[in-house]
Amino acid sequence: MFKAILRQLLYVAALILAVLVLNFLLIQLAPGDPAEVIAGEMGGANAEVMAAIREQYGLDKPVLTQLALYLGRALQGDLGTSYFYNRPVAELILSRLGPTLLLVATALAFALIIGTRLGMLASRNPRGIASALVTVLSLVGYSAPVFWTGLMLVILFGATIPLFPIAGMIDVVKQGGPLGRALDIAHHLVLPALTLGLVYLAQYSRLTRAAMLEVLGADYIRTARAKGVSERQVFGRHAFRNALLPVVTVAGMQFGTIISGAVLVETVFSWPGLGTLAFQSILARDYPTVMGILFFSTLIVIIANLLTDFISRLLDPRLAGGR
Amino acid sequence: MTEPVLDIRNLKVDFVTRRGVAHVLDDVSFSVAAGELLAIVGESGCGKSMTALSILGLIPSPPGRIVGGSILFQGRDLTRLRQSELRRIRGGDIAMIFQEPMTSLNPVFTCGEQIAEAVRLHQKVSPRAALARAVEMLRAVGIPEPELRARAYPHQLSGGMRQRVMIAMALSCEPRLLIADEPTTALDVTVQAQIFALLDELRQKTGTAIILITHDMGAVAEMADKVAVMYAGRIIERGPADAVLDNPGHPYTRGLLASIPRIDADPDADLPEIPGIVPALTDLGRGCAFAPRCALAVPACNAAQPHHVAMSRDHSAACIRLQANEVSA
Repeated sequence: MFKAILRQLLYVAALILAVLVLNFLLIQLAPGDPAEVIAGEMGGANAEVMAAIREQYGLDKPVLTQLALYLGRALQGDLGTSYFYNRPVAELILSRLGPTLLLVATALAFALIIGTRLGMLASRNPRGIASALVTVLSLVGYSAPVFWTGLMLVILFGATIPLFPIAGMIDVVKQGGPLGRALDIAHHLVLPALTLGLVYLAQYSRLTRAAMLEVLGADYIRTARAKGVSERQVFGRHAFRNALLPVVTVAGMQFGTIISGAVLVETVFSWPGLGTLAFQSILARDYPTVMGILFFSTLIVIIANLLTDFISRLLDPRLAGGR
Repeated sequence: MTEPVLDIRNLKVDFVTRRGVAHVLDDVSFSVAAGELLAIVGESGCGKSMTALSILGLIPSPPGRIVGGSILFQGRDLTRLRQSELRRIRGGDIAMIFQEPMTSLNPVFTCGEQIAEAVRLHQKVSPRAALARAVEMLRAVGIPEPELRARAYPHQLSGGMRQRVMIAMALSCEPRLLIADEPTTALDVTVQAQIFALLDELRQKTGTAIILITHDMGAVAEMADKVAVMYAGRIIERGPADAVLDNPGHPYTRGLLASIPRIDADPDADLPEIPGIVPALTDLGRGCAFAPRCALAVPACNAAQPHHVAMSRDHSAACIRLQANEVSA
């Protein structure tokens, strides 16, 4: 067990190093010169200023030297300074991480809880109306692009039935204690989380339905019925625990795509998270920030995968090892 | 003869399929008394398992439906009970074990939890008492270190052990009737013998009636009090085990008995087999379903369904040849 954990950690460390190098090289390949952009921002772009900027940010050194310097600093937790915001990247990202994690976690929880419920409902009668509705919903949810769904929700709840705020995370004019603030954030969270969650809700309901139908045909379900377990318990206890396994695995693996989905959703709803930051720093050719965000999202995905592994082991004793 | 625990009379089950209505069970009647072991034998697809599932009200529906007859269990007709009433009987007074011990236990719960669940469904006891009962049952079915095994998940046990867990679960509520649907098919021969011995021992100890669905004619000869031979959804011969085995009345029963390998037979001779396969239940003719495969068939076999003819006390078979004897006698 201890050996397995150690191996896992070594693997993660190697992965992080590889990601850092890859990110750096990828950015080097991208067209555009940050010095030009910075000089443009400063108001004058003559050769002298640009040379000064290059020297200041170390852009005049050979690529490999830049890489070595970057890695050395990154390993000490220093991801460089943003060209655009003029703040340390790590600090900048940490200030934006909270809102993104809140958005992603809410969307994922919403998708998982409602999606698995819907899938379970549909599996009760695979040819019934509920099942057909779930199929249609998941088809629509799956094929509609996130930004489109977002815009439609903005029109619906921002203009037609103005129930929810359509931009930002907090209302500056609103007063109130910590509770009022939390409620305000929750209110702002509804539309972005719904937008991001719908895609995954569609997938999870479909996946749960399929998994449930497979599990319900298993011998141990017949055993449960034969010992007098009620249909409710057969579904909710005996079948659902088993059907949940593939759903959890897929949800964990999709954590990365959810974060990239968050970039779009945050942009549509001006949610002050990593997504908007990523969008702005790409436009501004703010390479240190872009690399930092890539690094952090990789880190989040790695952590999510470790967590998924852990949860799967909790759910499925066959994965837990042991005798 | 004591009052039967289970008395099935003229049970009919239909499956409505796209290719027509299949009479999965047709006019099935038998009874089993306390402490008695009834063996139901026959080829795959002849309706043995369906008989067992209809007793528990577990035939898949749709497409299955009980269309006639009665299942009297301790005087109550199970075909007329609501699902909620049946549920109290399932696992309580009537328990069942299945042929696939490898897949019949839920992989995400421990063996102890699964037995304790059965106990708590039928008895008002605390979770702790139910778990204690589970351990006690595991010990009763001969599982070493029962406390440890109760905490084990099914995948940590061998097939034979899992079947013992299934038996422990089935017996945990002291059922009046135990249905064992080919309990040893998936197990090693030595383990098979152990499981059969266990069932026999428990029957003698607790007086539970047992319906044993099996292919194993050896086990039938050794343990069964009564035998019912099924073919294409009907019982074609039934009677006391010795009578049926020593003096089979139906050509199909004779075929089944002849196809058992014998230790004293000529090792070079081919094992006799019954030619052909069980017919599809959707296109049975009016006559005897076995006629197309029967070496002794005559044209009259296809005309009408033969009825049961008594051969001796409690022993009867449904074959036209016996009917002819009956008329001449």
